[in-house]
Amino acid sequence: MKKVVKDKLNDGEHDDPWWWLVQKGIKSSFLCVSVFALFVRVAVGLHPYSGANTPPKFGDYEAQRHWMEITLNLPAKDWYRNSSVNNLSYWGLDYPPLTAYQSYIHGVFLKTFDPDSVALFSSRGYESYLGKLLMRWTVLSSDVLIFFPAVLYFVLVYRSMRLGMGQNSDVAWHIAMILLNPCLILIDHGHFQYNCISLGLTLAAIAAALSQKDLVASVLYCLALNHKQMSAYFAPAFFSYLLGKCLKNKNPVLEVAKLGLIVVGTFAVVWWPYLHSKEAALAVLSRLAPFERGIYEDYVANFWCTSSVLVKWKKLYTTQSLRTLSLAATLLTCLPSMVQQVLAPSSKGFLYALLNSSFSFYLFSFQVHEKSVLLPLLPLTLLALEERQSLLWLTHFAMFSMFPLLHRDKLVLAYIALYALFILVYFAPGGPCGRCNSSKTRDHSQTTKRGMEFISSIAFHPLVMGFLGLCSLILHVIYLTMRPPNKYPFLFEAVIMLICFSQFVLFTLYFNSKQWMLSKHLTSKDKQKKII
Amino acid sequence: MKQLLWFFGIATTVKLLLIPSYHSTDLEVHRHWLAITHSLPLSQWYYDETSEWTLDYPPFFAYFERFLSVFANLIDPRIVHLHHGLNYKANSAIYFQRISVIVSDLFLLYGVYISTRNLPSLKRNLVWVLLIWSPGLLIVDHLHFQYNGFLFGWLLLSISFLAQGKDLMGGFIFAVLLCFKHLFAVAAPVYFVYLLRHYCRGGLVRGFARLSAIGAVVVAVFAAAYGPFVYHGQIQQVIRHMFPFGRGLCHAYWAPNFWVFYIMLDKGIAFLLRKVGFNIPTPVASFTGGLVGDASPFAVLPRITPMTTFIMVLLALSPCLFKTWRDPRPRLIARSVAYAYTCGFLFGWHVHEKASLHISIPLALVAVESLEDAKHYFLLSIVSCYSLFPLLYEAQEYPIKVLLLLLHTILMWFCFSALFPKNIAAKGSLQDDKKSTQYESKGSSRTAAEKQRFELGWVAKSYLLGVVVVEIWGQFLHPYLLGDKLPFLPLMLISMYCAIGIVYSWIWQLKWIIIFS
Repeated sequence: MKKVVKDKLNDGEHDDPWWWLVQKGIKSSFLCVSVFALFVRVAVGLHPYSGANTPPKFGDYEAQRHWMEITLNLPAKDWYRNSSVNNLSYWGLDYPPLTAYQSYIHGVFLKTFDPDSVALFSSRGYESYLGKLLMRWTVLSSDVLIFFPAVLYFVLVYRSMRLGMGQNSDVAWHIAMILLNPCLILIDHGHFQYNCISLGLTLAAIAAALSQKDLVASVLYCLALNHKQMSAYFAPAFFSYLLGKCLKNKNPVLEVAKLGLIVVGTFAVVWWPYLHSKEAALAVLSRLAPFERGIYEDYVANFWCTSSVLVKWKKLYTTQSLRTLSLAATLLTCLPSMVQQVLAPSSKGFLYALLNSSFSFYLFSFQVHEKSVLLPLLPLTLLALEERQSLLWLTHFAMFSMFPLLHRDKLVLAYIALYALFILVYFAPGGPCGRCNSSKTRDHSQTTKRGMEFISSIAFHPLVMGFLGLCSLILHVIYLTMRPPNKYPFLFEAVIMLICFSQFVLFTLYFNSKQWMLSKHLTSKDKQKKII
Repeated sequence: MKQLLWFFGIATTVKLLLIPSYHSTDLEVHRHWLAITHSLPLSQWYYDETSEWTLDYPPFFAYFERFLSVFANLIDPRIVHLHHGLNYKANSAIYFQRISVIVSDLFLLYGVYISTRNLPSLKRNLVWVLLIWSPGLLIVDHLHFQYNGFLFGWLLLSISFLAQGKDLMGGFIFAVLLCFKHLFAVAAPVYFVYLLRHYCRGGLVRGFARLSAIGAVVVAVFAAAYGPFVYHGQIQQVIRHMFPFGRGLCHAYWAPNFWVFYIMLDKGIAFLLRKVGFNIPTPVASFTGGLVGDASPFAVLPRITPMTTFIMVLLALSPCLFKTWRDPRPRLIARSVAYAYTCGFLFGWHVHEKASLHISIPLALVAVESLEDAKHYFLLSIVSCYSLFPLLYEAQEYPIKVLLLLLHTILMWFCFSALFPKNIAAKGSLQDDKKSTQYESKGSSRTAAEKQRFELGWVAKSYLLGVVVVEIWGQFLHPYLLGDKLPFLPLMLISMYCAIGIVYSWIWQLKWIIIFS
């Protein structure tokens, strides 16, 4: 505090305008930011959800409501089984058991206030004012109960490790960057999903892992995995980081065994209703891997979908071989980051590894959805203080890549407002990016080393950034105002996908090299930090 | 300035997000006014009865609607169609009107900018938080739907001109404001006395010259507004539309003012007398309805007429007028204006709960001046925002209004604690900071080190806790315990409870004006 005030006196004009907000410490600034973040979520909840008024299949909102209906009215063993009362072709449950339990709890909540909304059969396609509110409130409460505390936990750990330097207002800015991530808010509270639960559990696991509570971290991560199988995007990072740490231990076998036991135990508890027979467990498992849906859907900015412009993967190969191909590609691309973490596990390296492995999955794995870009965004927001420019740039492209989806959901207004809000908070006067640029460039040159110079010089070149920014702005306008030619009805989606893909690939390369640089320059950087 | 824009930008994104929320019939009222002013010649504006929402704002507001209707017509001609537009609820209409409010808030931004230009940086920040992020304005303008932010911009501008000594300009802007919305006229006596004593002084000749100058300005403004209607010989019709005294003492939802107590007292006495054995007839007329013949809505106490309320307001205002007469000081004008609105709110006829903004917005300018002000403002602002809760009665907006008030309370708490830090002696750094950011003399803050900390006394704390209790009772316990019985009770409780806070604020302001000034 004293230092801040000193700076202020010296600066005169350019003081920290936020000290009145952050002077009471991290927790109170967290309180303030989180109340605002919650308010924004409620406000986004006023907007339409996916598939509103579009029978017969509706959208994700109906899927979640249907799961509540199923789990509330049927015994647990029938949840994943096709039967006369559970038609799996109509939004059959295809998430792991923890989602089913969560649906059950929320179903009970809905039943208390609006029994019609979760009545078996008769509630299909049920839409009402109260129903929408109750459903929105289930997401809000999940967010408040899981994601928000996880953020607080992470920030406290992050701060105590002195990973991020800087003033209190930087911490507040960091909290805002995590909590006001526009993509997450739009998908959860606009489009309607419960990503906040699995991401919140993952975030808590990350914080636990950073504070050396490896067992807690494994339990939390297994829970995240059991809520949404997509959390597997982070698996290589968790695996290699924890393995790397075990190997450094005196007794590696014992450590690995402990972790293995914990993981198996957690899985056993969550899967308990399905463990009585092999068939039951396999039936659930087969529901979780919907390979029949093809290697990609819609227009997602990943490798398979983008390259399908040139190579018709779906026609050339069978689903079976594509499955192997995509698995191999994914593992191959996350291998470098895994190796780095096994050899030299470090806190910062772990965060980069999370980023890299989730990007590998996003770009190369089977059946990726636009919404999956939320997963790489989570570790990126955690690294907000280090990767300021990348955060801005990637959030922009992540938003952009979801624009067609959100446009379909009639969320354009919320999209614009949240995007503007993000930009404003990002460039908050007195925040890390709103201060004079000198500190930023110095900071950047320090971490940018040799090999990355090339990539970052391309990615962060003002001309390139300006050009791409202008392109995306124009594309937004074109998408909203013009109709594509009849011959290519998805022309605009394809162009958006191409631009986003090029950026995602560039950044994957950049982050991978950065992670490797970390271990090389770890010692020298530590020294530098001490001097600062 | 950059920071002010940032604050405003954040507020704007929030306002954009709130576009699909609930809106009151005021949206249709204003839409209809767009239609009236666009489709009819000026001579028929105040005669049109196509809809029950007749034009009842002064002419400048009608011109403003005429200006907006040009753009509305470009976007969707049906918005401004007199007949086809009735109850038109298409997205184009809602978006256009909502966005017009958001854009018109630029006046508020300008007003805030002008009035905080000369404050030290910390205080400036805090006033911005109080004004630009005012939850009351957000609820009334961007959820309920009205154009108050735009009008308060003018009011703040006028006050700050007066505070800077530019009396003629301040008077001019206030006259313009009066021609936008006549509800602001409650402060006119204060303006009149202030301008007469502060501007028109310096000898007989000079004073008279200045008096004629300001008189000419005001007459010119009013001529610009009402001239065309005078020309058409419609001035009586305009006045009749603007002052609908046919309405009752209270609004449909009772504003938390003095009359709430009066009504309750009447009910209480009637109830007791009936118990004792007197035959007290139940009154036929209602407080909210018009004056029905000779029927009085009161069972025992004398009935209240518009004249009574008028005299009460003037009486309550007289100490302030007297003080202003004796010692017209530019620094005190914001307080005097706020005090006038407080009197109007407490004792006025057919007061709307939205009018509590008239108190909290001007007072925000002086809330950072001293610890006492901060404490008072903290309480007043919460009460005034809470009294707006019944405006948004639907479940969808419930979390929004609660979170808005909560966020506002937290921000205010942080603001004021930073301004009046806990223990100045212990934290040298904060003392340093105080020195650099505040103009207050060092000596006084040293000696008053212990007293300078921002915290609430037990009375204030328990009162605020009571707000929570009242809200929980009305929202949860009442429907649960009593079901549909006594449906008016929760609203009445809110009115009564907030009225206590407003009366406290009135007494506090009165005391301040009598003792400190």
